[in-house]
Amino acid sequence: MASEIKQGTLDFINHLPILQVITPMLIAPVLVVLNNKTLSWLLSFVGALACLLISVLLLQAVSDGSTLRYYLGGWVPPIGIEYRIDAANALLLFLISMISAIVLIFSYSSLHAEIPEDKHTLFYACFLLCLTGLLGVVATADIFNVFVFLEISSLSTYVLVAQGSYLDRRALSASFNYLIMGTIGATFFVIGIGYLYMATGSLNMMDIAERVSQLGQNRTIQAGFAFIVVGMGLKLAMVPLHVWLPNAYTYAPTVVTCFLAATATKVALYVLIRFVFSVFNYEDSFVNELFFLLLMPLAIIAMIAASVIAIFKQNLKKLLAYSSLAQIGYMLLGLSLMSQKGLASSLVHMVNHGFTKAALFMSLGAFMLNTKNIYIKSLKGLGKSMPFTSAAFVIGGLSLIGVPGTAGFISKWLLLEAAIEAGYWLIAILIVVSSLFAVIYIWKIIEVLYFSERAGSYREVSVVTLIPIWILALFCIFLGINTSLTVDVANIAADVLFN
Amino acid sequence: MELNLNFIYGHLPYWLFIILMLSGLFIVVSRGNLIKKIVGLNIFQTSVFMFYISIGKMKGGTAPILLDKAANNSEVIYSNPLPHVLILTAIVVGIATTALGLALIIKIREEYNTVEEDDIQEMDEKDLKAYNKKNVLEING
Repeated sequence: MASEIKQGTLDFINHLPILQVITPMLIAPVLVVLNNKTLSWLLSFVGALACLLISVLLLQAVSDGSTLRYYLGGWVPPIGIEYRIDAANALLLFLISMISAIVLIFSYSSLHAEIPEDKHTLFYACFLLCLTGLLGVVATADIFNVFVFLEISSLSTYVLVAQGSYLDRRALSASFNYLIMGTIGATFFVIGIGYLYMATGSLNMMDIAERVSQLGQNRTIQAGFAFIVVGMGLKLAMVPLHVWLPNAYTYAPTVVTCFLAATATKVALYVLIRFVFSVFNYEDSFVNELFFLLLMPLAIIAMIAASVIAIFKQNLKKLLAYSSLAQIGYMLLGLSLMSQKGLASSLVHMVNHGFTKAALFMSLGAFMLNTKNIYIKSLKGLGKSMPFTSAAFVIGGLSLIGVPGTAGFISKWLLLEAAIEAGYWLIAILIVVSSLFAVIYIWKIIEVLYFSERAGSYREVSVVTLIPIWILALFCIFLGINTSLTVDVANIAADVLFN
Repeated sequence: MELNLNFIYGHLPYWLFIILMLSGLFIVVSRGNLIKKIVGLNIFQTSVFMFYISIGKMKGGTAPILLDKAANNSEVIYSNPLPHVLILTAIVVGIATTALGLALIIKIREEYNTVEEDDIQEMDEKDLKAYNKKNVLEING
């Protein structure tokens, strides 16, 4: 089914997989050379829009279950590096480029409140590099390439998180901790790749998959898999390895938090999914046991414990960060069910939660523009003075809880179905319980917004700020009503991954 | 249990890899000084470089250079160059990480006037209490 690419022709369509990744990479140094605040915003935005356009074209091309293959420099794999786009990563590419474009609209009107203006150019350059890394991780089919792109995105993420230090110096220690944890995770990942290379002598995912299935039960490959799971666990903030996440999300500038919460952890989870299904043999008893005995309990702990912690947080960014941890638990749970339905629910939840969390963090950022405060009591009575932002926040909150008609409902419903289908009634109940905790912490915020005395007089934020917030809020509703974009594509993706 | 010395000698690079890796990881976790943490991280990463290079080594293998076969009149055994190339990339990543880590430490030292993790944590907790009372975020730089 794979459509071969004619090498040597400059057919635009055939080169989309590589254009997706290098567009932001090529723009980033140009920004630094031009060194102009407005121009660099404009160029980054144009770059992000180009990425979005390419990802939509790619999604269209692969939505029938086919696979696009691109050979870098014309070198045929397993010698050359291959970019391979199927339904699963096209969906992720779409999420990442969409969020980056929306976040860039928001940054136009809000970044000056958090970062001094002379640093804006470098900020955007870093942002684009981070985008390059995330897109690259998703697009590539070469396992060492995954590591390189992962580190490109992580290194720029550390810088972006540290930018919060203009408001609060704790951003620096948060970023440093993230750097230490992230690097340990990446190094574990490289060790895992080393073991795989040692056992199979190849770096191409498909090639390794073939050789792994020939090798059967092999201790080296199992050790490699364990290293990769721990390494990615650190990057995706699996529960005992999540320590870096709450502080990094809390003290990073809002723009960065929006972007990271919606994309970075999902990309790490995608790598895990890709390795389980496209590199290792998912039917292998070792892989199954690891997921059933280790990842599933951890996912459930994340779901419950992080939601409970979120209830008691006064700092709103921290509250949403803990809620993100709980949501990562849902996605991991869907994966660890090891069924086609579970995997599809996990993929759908990645996209839906991406839009939901971005909407929440962004409307929080809009509140912060006015109140200069991230504590819950600063929102008193803002429901009346900032009606549009508050309404968007409520929509995001409902989607986070999983109220019917919103995006969150669809993915939670799929997850429940998958759990019940697998016969895990207790887990299905726990999913509902965790959602009830989400009701508590979202209600806590809504109560302060709408049902308390007005503390200060604030005006609604400008239209430019409202546009990206409402795009995201409308996405939360749209994805809850029209599921052809998410559920159908995710089902195709799960089908592709399982076969 | 019989000690298999050949096994131990034959896998010497791997033993060194394990020792270096664990000591690096231990330093990262146990030391409170941020610079020592970075040093530990470097040892940890270097151990992986060594691991990769020992994968590529062939017994009696030479450098992977294209030799004139007619002159030698024999098959040339050479080490696998691919792990070396991979590690060149990993070294670059490691250097970038170290540089960024050190840059962050400089900023931390400017802001906190210390590079000890415990002191920083204490100050962070004080900050947390102070911010709970009056929390106005404005750019101060």
